[in-house]
Amino acid sequence: MSIVANLPARAGVGFKPVHFRDILAAAQPIGFFEVHAENYMGAGGPPHAQLGALRERYALSVHGVGLSIGSMQPLDREHLARLKKLCDRYRPESFSEHLAWSSHGEVYFNDLLPLPYTRQTLARVAEHIDETQTALGRMMLLENPSTYVRIAESTIPEVEFLAEISERTGCRMLLDINNVFVSAKNHGTTPLSYLDSFPLDRVREIHLGGHDEEADDTGAPLLIDTHGSPIANEVWTLYAQVIARTGPIATLIEWDNDVPDWPTLRAEASAAQAILADASRASAA
Amino acid sequence: MPVPFETSFAQALLDAERPIPNGVTAHNAADPTRRFAVYRNNVVAGLVRVLKDRFPVVERIVGEEFFGVMARVFVVERPPRSPLLATYGDDFAAFIAAFEPARELVYLADVARLEAARTRAYHAADATPLDADGFAALDAGLVTGIRIDLHPSTEIVRSPHPIVTIWAMNSGEREFAPVEKWHGEDALVIRPYLDVETRVLPPGGTAFLHALAGGLPLGKAADVALADCSEFDLSRNLAGLIGWGLAQEFIVPDSESPC
Repeated sequence: MSIVANLPARAGVGFKPVHFRDILAAAQPIGFFEVHAENYMGAGGPPHAQLGALRERYALSVHGVGLSIGSMQPLDREHLARLKKLCDRYRPESFSEHLAWSSHGEVYFNDLLPLPYTRQTLARVAEHIDETQTALGRMMLLENPSTYVRIAESTIPEVEFLAEISERTGCRMLLDINNVFVSAKNHGTTPLSYLDSFPLDRVREIHLGGHDEEADDTGAPLLIDTHGSPIANEVWTLYAQVIARTGPIATLIEWDNDVPDWPTLRAEASAAQAILADASRASAA
Repeated sequence: MPVPFETSFAQALLDAERPIPNGVTAHNAADPTRRFAVYRNNVVAGLVRVLKDRFPVVERIVGEEFFGVMARVFVVERPPRSPLLATYGDDFAAFIAAFEPARELVYLADVARLEAARTRAYHAADATPLDADGFAALDAGLVTGIRIDLHPSTEIVRSPHPIVTIWAMNSGEREFAPVEKWHGEDALVIRPYLDVETRVLPPGGTAFLHALAGGLPLGKAADVALADCSEFDLSRNLAGLIGWGLAQEFIVPDSESPC
């Protein structure tokens, strides 16, 4: 039987070990914690001790960054088995991965790399998601990427690609609104047109994170998805617009680099929680 | 047949000399090279950061800039083969040993081996160490025949240089001071509970622990250690073994089949 993704529709935070003591010191107003799967694949030690303690107290999202679902190569079966072991052990409310590839040949690049959107790649990604969901015995969420280049051979718009994958495989969506914003700016489109066509009814989690702003050699904005700063105001606005349409959805604050102290991170989560609470009130009214 | 997109993209990521992959474009008139460079930089800088996190003392010794250059060369030559980045850099020490610009720092590769061992111990399987009571309870007549299962986090790094002293001074565990006597130190790394500990093994300790790990009973392991080093002191080594939490289990010989 397939386990359905069911994170609470509250604000959550990406767990950083540096915050562990602060988090455990008191009950936190946090709906769930999310961890990167690959950081918990060792045999033992502090990572598992901490994850076990968090899991006892909070809902948990396991977020993979290394499965390379968007690759045209076969999935790494050993890695899939590790993910299964982790999910079986901690029974997270949700497992998610990316529409991207990170391994090619023997090399793991440790980055989320872009793929062309064609009928052929769509079929391949759908196979990989079927295989993952079957292996894990659970429904997964697929995250929209942030991208920096366009790929000439792409023939399918990203939103259409994602929607069809979701329909074919039954996977649900992890909507990263910062990625929507970053990609739109990088490709001269508008985030709202992307969100207007996005299958919002399939979204089971939202990601919010910070980005850096650089420029290309013509001076056009080149935004980099760094997760190293506060969430941009424009991204908060888009988030409020999405939540006003969908009602409350589990929402994660992602802050992976230049990690701030726990109160700062918790305040970002509280800001998201306030927007979720507004949406609850509006739908109750 | 044209090279598939993913292949040409992958080939250009770690090789800045290669042209950017065919079919990588920008929405505007900009040169897509700058945009593709975001991926190149994410990959290389991200992996350099993984190495910085794993080898902070090596970085402290050589400085941030030197470390960055050395790590970049390593990343391009030996990128990870697995998404389990906790193991990335297991061969960084071997690379450093052959890295010409670092040749004068003769101890650097061994310090890197020590740091790599510390991460392995951090992620090793959990086990509860036996305490002194467990050892005291053994039948004195059987002690030389027991075998000792070592804690799964046990790591030993041999060096002709004082690597534990150097490591401790550069990690903030000990005050900086001139190294009075340049002597070899064999490092023991162990994580009995949650904290990784780094210690200097007493004389003969490495041979003793290797013999125990190889399955020799205590008495025979002591003989091996003594043959390796005439200063080997069994009671001092046993005290360390118990006190540091190195013993996971005592296996008492079956009286029916003495060894």
